[in-house]
Amino acid sequence: MTVLVLVETEAGQIRQASRSAITAATKLGDVHALVVGNAADADAAAALAAKVTGVAKVLKAGADVLTHELAEPVADLIVSLAGDYSHIVAASTAVGKNVLPRAAALLDVQPIPDVMAVIDADTFVRPIYAGNALATVKSSDAKKVLTVRATSFDPAPAEGGSAAIDAVNVTVQDTVSRFVSEHTPTSDRPELESARVIVSGGRGLGSAENFQSVLTPLADKLGAAIGASRVAVDSGYAENDCQVGQTGKIVAPELYIAVGISGAIQHLAGMKDSKVIVAINKDADAPMLQVADYALVGDLFEAVPELAKAL
Amino acid sequence: MSEREAMEFDVVIVGGGPAGLAAAIRLRQLNPEANVCLIEKGSEIGAHIVSGAVIEPRALEELFPDWLERGAPLKTPVTEEEMYFLTEKKGFRIPALDRVMPHLANHGNYVVSLGDVCRWLAEQAEELGVEIYPGFAGAEVLIEKNRVVGVATGDMGITRDGEKGPNYQPGMELRAKYTLFAEGCRGSLTKQVMEHYNLRKGVDPQTYGLGIKEVWEIPAENHRPGLVVHSFGWPLDDRTYGGAWLYHFGENLVSYGFVTGLDYENTWLSPFDEMQRTKLHPIFRKHFEGGRRLIYGARALSEGGLQSIPRLTFPGGALLGDSAGFLNTPKIKGTHTAMKSGMLAAEAVIDALKAERVEPAAYTSLVRQSWLYDELKSARNVRPAFARWGSKLGALYAGFDAMVLRGKAPWTLHFKHADNETLKPASLSTPIAYPKPDNTITFDKLSSVFLSNTNHEEDQPVHLKVRNMGLWKTVNWDVFRSPESRYCPAAVYEAVDTDAEARLVINSQNCVHCKTCDIKDPTQNIDWCTPEGAGGPNYPSGM
Amino acid sequence: MKILVPVKRVVDYNIKVLVKSDGTGVETAGLKMSMNPFDEIAVEEAVRLREKGSATEVIAVSIGVQQAQDTLRTAMAMGADRSILVLSEESPEPLAVAKVLKALVEREKPDLVFLGKQAIDDDMNATGQMLAGLLGWGQGTFASKVEIVDGRAEVTREIDGGTETVSLAVPAIVTADLRLNEPRYASLPNIMKAKKKPLETIQAADLGVDMTRRLTTVSVAEPPVRKAGIKVGSVAELVEKLRNEAKVI
Ligand SMILES: Cc1cc2nc3c(=O)[nH]c(=O)nc-3n(C[C@H](O)[C@H](O)[C@H](O)COP(=O)(O)OP(=O)(O)OC[C@H]3O[C@@H](n4cnc5c(N)ncnc54)[C@H](O)[C@@H]3O)c2cc1C
Ligand SMILES: Cc1cc2nc3c(=O)[nH]c(=O)nc-3n(C[C@H](O)[C@H](O)[C@H](O)COP(=O)(O)OP(=O)(O)OC[C@H]3O[C@@H](n4cnc5c(N)ncnc54)[C@H](O)[C@@H]3O)c2cc1C
Ligand SMILES: Cc1cc2nc3c(=O)[nH]c(=O)nc-3n(C[C@H](O)[C@H](O)[C@H](O)COP(=O)(O)OP(=O)(O)OC[C@H]3O[C@@H](n4cnc5c(N)ncnc54)[C@H](O)[C@@H]3O)c2cc1C
Ligand code: SF4
Repeated sequence: MTVLVLVETEAGQIRQASRSAITAATKLGDVHALVVGNAADADAAAALAAKVTGVAKVLKAGADVLTHELAEPVADLIVSLAGDYSHIVAASTAVGKNVLPRAAALLDVQPIPDVMAVIDADTFVRPIYAGNALATVKSSDAKKVLTVRATSFDPAPAEGGSAAIDAVNVTVQDTVSRFVSEHTPTSDRPELESARVIVSGGRGLGSAENFQSVLTPLADKLGAAIGASRVAVDSGYAENDCQVGQTGKIVAPELYIAVGISGAIQHLAGMKDSKVIVAINKDADAPMLQVADYALVGDLFEAVPELAKAL
Repeated sequence: MSEREAMEFDVVIVGGGPAGLAAAIRLRQLNPEANVCLIEKGSEIGAHIVSGAVIEPRALEELFPDWLERGAPLKTPVTEEEMYFLTEKKGFRIPALDRVMPHLANHGNYVVSLGDVCRWLAEQAEELGVEIYPGFAGAEVLIEKNRVVGVATGDMGITRDGEKGPNYQPGMELRAKYTLFAEGCRGSLTKQVMEHYNLRKGVDPQTYGLGIKEVWEIPAENHRPGLVVHSFGWPLDDRTYGGAWLYHFGENLVSYGFVTGLDYENTWLSPFDEMQRTKLHPIFRKHFEGGRRLIYGARALSEGGLQSIPRLTFPGGALLGDSAGFLNTPKIKGTHTAMKSGMLAAEAVIDALKAERVEPAAYTSLVRQSWLYDELKSARNVRPAFARWGSKLGALYAGFDAMVLRGKAPWTLHFKHADNETLKPASLSTPIAYPKPDNTITFDKLSSVFLSNTNHEEDQPVHLKVRNMGLWKTVNWDVFRSPESRYCPAAVYEAVDTDAEARLVINSQNCVHCKTCDIKDPTQNIDWCTPEGAGGPNYPSGM
Repeated sequence: MKILVPVKRVVDYNIKVLVKSDGTGVETAGLKMSMNPFDEIAVEEAVRLREKGSATEVIAVSIGVQQAQDTLRTAMAMGADRSILVLSEESPEPLAVAKVLKALVEREKPDLVFLGKQAIDDDMNATGQMLAGLLGWGQGTFASKVEIVDGRAEVTREIDGGTETVSLAVPAIVTADLRLNEPRYASLPNIMKAKKKPLETIQAADLGVDMTRRLTTVSVAEPPVRKAGIKVGSVAELVEKLRNEAKVI
């Protein structure tokens, strides 16, 4: 079986999420990586993709119509290449989620989004009800189209492979959609929902001033977004849109550092799917410690500055 | 106020519990032309209902003789009964229950989810043409020329600071010839109506209990559908009224809960923790082993009985069910009485509609002529006996009342104090050491509230109005050490900065609408007001 | 300009669902059902466009069981002019839904279809994209802003790390993300009025769409409970673990 994986680049590298998708795909068969973009971007991406461990072949689709990875032309391209592939895979990124369902419809396939585990060629585990339940589903479609949840698979190493690169003849045109502009704020503070690291503070910080002066240096060091518990928001330590939890934002970063947050279930509901959780709390019985991978029991006013300095 | 839209009905009913729904149904049965509108503050009918519940089908039978064919969700008849007096380690089973405590004998009764019964009643009502609008709270009583002419629903989209937000929607006036208040125990509009018309003149103060409940799913092999267990005694001291219930019903479900009389005196008492630790008693613990907790909720109930029932009617309307206090306390049953009161009110209203009377006064005489009155009359001395003599002697009196007097005592015991007057200062109360939650059988408050599916739109004024914050500091903190942070079953109240200048934090979003703070605050300094419609718990099926 | 808004009836977002103890699915019986929150946003956006004069009619459609008409009534109370209920089994798959919608689009000839970006029950995030594919229309998914400019739909989309604006030939598909707007409440007077707005019911089978499921649910489980990790003795140890064990910094 051969699997086609749509691979994305970011800042001149293969996106980590795409490398996780490659890992998932290797469980299904030989991996062909599809890179898209204008001619120059596609060349660069193909060279990178060829080096990723596990990639058997790279399909390079370079054309102006593909510059911005718009769903309409990319889906058409995938359909034109779908031929003998048993599975078509992408990471569950904004691009993957935009493109793959469209391609699936054109192939008359019901897509399987957000795959967390591969059971066999037809059977996959995916979250439903915002991750409150995990469904194991089996597809009866001849071809499977899936997006893969990046945090569920370790990324394939960026180096180690040496796949052949095939240029694809791009005939697709796009007449219905047009790229206008892109706005990716270069602020040093990433958005909560998409941040790789989150430093989050609770009542333990004690005041708005402390919240800023204690958490900001650590967040700056880590390039992290700043989150907060409801108490911290209600007490005016942090803005409303920083709130993480049941009635705030649901986040799943790679690293979540909870500072002076007790870990009430309503807070956990918003961050329990984080890959690694660190708790910094003076109370060894705080519920946060029951879910944290690493717990530092102690005074946050000493521990956090020390941590910022050590990084 | 001119921007509010208005709509005219014959009858508007506030509250979709058994009382309001039974009234709505009876109205349309008696007069299919009457236009009847019912509003409910919960997001759907049943969303705010907390009850045991073992119910007597008597009133239902009168409302729908064919309730069985109609598929009413009364599926678990009571099969076995156990009543225990508990000490810390042991439980003594009361023999010959049906003679000693006939009010607790339950043959012919059913274990139900009262929320589901209400959902079913609502379907029947809608079929009969009642207009039901869940998600809208009655926020204001409309009184014109000293007659109640309807209610207004609350404005939506008011921000936390009381400004009109971008999604502001004014409330609506629901005007009616008769307005029936069926808000259940401690209704917020009922409170205003009682005050305006002085309906409580000459009656005993109402006294209350707080019921905190959990629904569990247990392994099928341990499930004994129809089993009904009650207890009194431990963990409460003899001065405190209350006890636990545990009912097996439905598909492997168990309803467990604990009622604490709100005339309790020890300011350190925490009804929530009493409920949690009682589960650890050997009599109860075995029922929970291997199970999982599904739902949590809490609600106050009126325990005053006959002596505390106010005048029932006023110009333009009437009080129904628990809003009036029709609960039979020794039986802990108020569903059949609530329904019956609703049906009788409906009869009076139909009659008043015909005769264009201002006040549906016939309701009072209909109540007096019905089994409802006889029942409450024979039960009237049990709860006050507990209040006077404590739970052991109270229980003895109850047995004596039942076996010897058969409820016909020539005297009536009265309640001397309202529940807010009974608390003793922190310095005179004995602190209670409650066990830490084990997260298997016992849990903390916040993870419990989680299972009530409670939420309130965040950006709205706090619906728990403290009249005077200064009083909180000098009385609630200085004297009683913040009893609200213990009696509130949803962790709404938190005393913070207690080592410096203590302050009260109100997490109004957590509120499960039990009404306890409105009742128990020592100086009646807290007013529970209706939040934005649909806010509050979302109790699912099974509660 | 006509706008079609598909709305789904789902378990209310305030309710925590429980996995059935036999692992066959999620217990939904007797739970409060509401309109999918993203669909409320889609309805709001469509109604705003009509209020601004950019659109003339807003039609809500739901595919599902009879009770989905409550959801349609809510859409009409929010301002949709009429609605269509397509009767089928509960929660059909996106592929089938997209095919039903395609048939309705061919009948109603809307200029825009506004959907929610995903339904909060199955979390598929697929129907809008699939409908766009089947129709060959442009798609503005995860929209945080929609404007009609010179007869084209200009849609600002939420992408990883920012936003992107695309211009779509009309007819087109838009799927609503959280930031698009804050939907209004269905007010009581409007709920009363919505009872009188037209609601047409048709059978999915009559549209000639094959609703057969492609995915079967083998089992449903609760997510594994996170276990407590280790207590570190010092900041230095924490840094060491994060670097070398967890490899997250
Ligand atoms: C309907 C509902 C919705 C809710 N939604 C949310 C939500 O979205 N998000 C949310 O966060 N909460 C939410 N909550 C509230 C939640 O239940 C908790 O109340 C809240 O998360 C507690 O915040 P906290 O951990 O900051 O405060 P606390 O529980 O007071 O914890 C403070 C912690 O800081 C520690 N600490 C104090 N000082 C120090 C120090 N010097 N050094 C180290 N540690 C210290 C303490 O040991 C303690 O563990 C919701 C509740 C309800 C009922
Ligand atoms: C813990 C507990 C255990 C019980 N056990 C039993 C038992 O085993 N058997 C038994 O028969 N009885 C039992 N009861 C008593 C029984 O539940 C009540 O007597 C009965 O529910 C009263 O019915 P009601 O319609 O008067 O009020 P409720 O059932 O309280 O209904 C009132 C309704 O009105 C709504 N409402 C209130 N205010 C407003 C407003 N302003 N605007 C709009 N809507 C409003 C509420 O949300 C609620 O849905 C128990 C009660 C409790 C609390
Ligand atoms: C439908 C209803 C309406 C009520 N309305 C009122 C009210 O308007 N005002 C009030 O103070 N209490 C009222 N009550 C309360 C109740 O009547 C008494 O509190 C209760 O009967 C105890 O009365 P008692 O202690 O005087 O003596 P009991 O020994 O119980 O009563 C002695 C007799 O006095 C008569 N009686 C007692 N109270 C009243 C009364 N209020 N009106 C007419 N006859 C009475 C009755 O016939 C009773 O049998 C009402 C109760 C119900 C069920
Ligand atoms: S705030 Fe008052 S009404 Fe709300 S849950 Fe607490 S005690 Fe009950």
